[in-house]
Amino acid sequence: MTGKTLYDKLWDSHLVHENDDGSCLIYIDRQLVHEVTSPQAFEGLRIAGRKVWRATANLATPDHNVPTTDRARGVAGIVDPIARLQVETLDQNCVDFAIPEFTMDDIRQGIVHVVSPEQGATLPGMTLVCGDSHTSTHGALGALAHGVGTSEVEHVLATQCLIQKKSKNMRVNVDGKIPFGVTAKDIVLAIIGKIGTAGGTGYAIEFAGSAIRELSIEGRMTVCNMTIEAGARAGMVAVDEKTIDYVKGRPFSPKGEDWDKAVAAWADLHSDDDAVFDCEVVLNAADIEPQVTWGTSPEMVAPISGSVPNPEREPDSVKRIGMERALEYIGLNADMLMTDIAIDKVFIGSCTNSRIEDLRAAAEVAKGRKVADSVALAMVVPGSGLVKAQAEKEGLDKVFTDAGFEWREPGCSMCLAMNADRLEPGERCASTSNRNFEGRQGQGGRTHLVSPQMAAAAAVAGHFVDVRTLASANSNDGEE
Amino acid sequence: MRAFSQHNGICMPLDRPNVDTDAIIPKQFLKSIKRSGFGVNLFDEWRYLDHGEPGQDVATRQINPDFVLNQPRYAGASVLLARDNFGCGSSREHAPWALEDYGFRSVIAPSFADIFYNNCFKNGLLPVVLDADVVEQLFKEAADAEGYALAIDLDAQSVTTPSGEKFDFTIDAFRKHCLLHGLDDIGLTLQHVDAIKAFEAKHRAGAPWLFS
Repeated sequence: MTGKTLYDKLWDSHLVHENDDGSCLIYIDRQLVHEVTSPQAFEGLRIAGRKVWRATANLATPDHNVPTTDRARGVAGIVDPIARLQVETLDQNCVDFAIPEFTMDDIRQGIVHVVSPEQGATLPGMTLVCGDSHTSTHGALGALAHGVGTSEVEHVLATQCLIQKKSKNMRVNVDGKIPFGVTAKDIVLAIIGKIGTAGGTGYAIEFAGSAIRELSIEGRMTVCNMTIEAGARAGMVAVDEKTIDYVKGRPFSPKGEDWDKAVAAWADLHSDDDAVFDCEVVLNAADIEPQVTWGTSPEMVAPISGSVPNPEREPDSVKRIGMERALEYIGLNADMLMTDIAIDKVFIGSCTNSRIEDLRAAAEVAKGRKVADSVALAMVVPGSGLVKAQAEKEGLDKVFTDAGFEWREPGCSMCLAMNADRLEPGERCASTSNRNFEGRQGQGGRTHLVSPQMAAAAAVAGHFVDVRTLASANSNDGEE
Repeated sequence: MRAFSQHNGICMPLDRPNVDTDAIIPKQFLKSIKRSGFGVNLFDEWRYLDHGEPGQDVATRQINPDFVLNQPRYAGASVLLARDNFGCGSSREHAPWALEDYGFRSVIAPSFADIFYNNCFKNGLLPVVLDADVVEQLFKEAADAEGYALAIDLDAQSVTTPSGEKFDFTIDAFRKHCLLHGLDDIGLTLQHVDAIKAFEAKHRAGAPWLFS
């Protein structure tokens, strides 16, 4: 008998029941809840007269809809009445169903996918779901985590289980040393560029190889976060020393005797040597450069040294039409250099890149420099209140504001522009978020996905620039 | 949940790959705490020329006459013909809610994004996967004949064109059963309440830190 993959192990250890037709009941250890995809689920419970199965298995915080300015008045300070009602509804539902919540005025509030690992509410070996597709983030800790729709949010609330069919196994190996100036974001954009936005459909992806092991846990979260942009619901990384070190001592992490037992159990959270994957993909880290997307899908990505591709050279007609449409929307010409793309706004934040390491990396580039006059707005939105506090302790807020960035309150913000933070029609943004879809950051807005370093570099240059050239200039100045 | 057994309806072709859930229902409409009323904002940014906000009277909106949904020949369409990777992006169930609320009962495409595909079944909306060359043929036929309608039979797992040509599709047996009978997933799962409790007790004994 062949060995098991990490995904097989996580699946098998949560299998409650298997029907004859292969559909399975899977136990869910943790559900994260936010204001946008939960109100109809709670309403469903009320209509059916159902209870929450295990309230403390859930953790809630508002993130999508909260303003990133002016928190002094709490929920009452949300200007948009429809958004305010949605956040109030979450608060009320959490009270009514006894679900733990970090409300807007709690320093622990933030983007669900930043908050949960930060609190130790995401643990290795867990199954975790949330009504948000970027739930794949949590796989970085050796958990099985994926997004669900609102009906499934309700299903988990009521039964602590999900009806699932097992996915196929894919492993993406990124081997070799990560070059200078290249980040987790560049690695995952390169992966999506290689396999495409539907390349992972039907699979659970394990990210492996020496470059993935070299990444910090926060870097691995960035990689797993964008698994859904490659079409796979769940992405994961095997547990190692870094995982254990990351989890240790967090508020929800096991303590005392439980900690020792947990660490022993987590030692098995890796794919067996003889495990067989349905699909394997290999990338060489040495070939990866800082990446910038040029189109309206995350697979439309190019290295910073490259140029906007020419649809005329695309043999597949459906793809060619898609490229032409994307270039028309994004307002770029084929074959222009990536470094010639000028930007209007910069957004550093989102569940992809708003953790402390992201802010440190961006601040290092921003330090002693100024946001270009041609950039109308450059904003930094920390992923949680605790990330914000840590950054302020380190003086990063000062670095950003001195350089001309705005320093905001935590939330999803301009990643999806549900709140007031958005692009105006035609505006072009260097963004550390995860989706460059049409209208994603505001109707008519044009999004280019990049790493925090590349976003900061674009802010000071006013156009995309190879951060590796800036960084070397910095060290030549003897600023260290 | 609304059951689905057979449906015959006008087919509207949406000729773009990778139609994402942001395009199906833009984010500003996700602020609603209701499950209904999203149909008037389905494909909002393509369908209207002006910017839409929740609660607006859509009668005052500027219609985009070029968008397929606004073309008179597709009025009352209930079968959406789409391209690869339909429904990619966010997990928002507002996407199938909007399609269903508008009046679509089925979406046909060569491939779907996983979460969207799954969400459809919770809302009486049947996603049908057909081969890319078959979908290509349907696109051509739909363009050529006004009033082009497709007949979808879930029980028989087939799509039939006006000329009587029939294409079979595959579907997971459990999902088919639930959709045919309009079954409530939660009710079904709660039939296994003893198995869930037994699993939970064993799980708690093995990993007590997950329950503290």
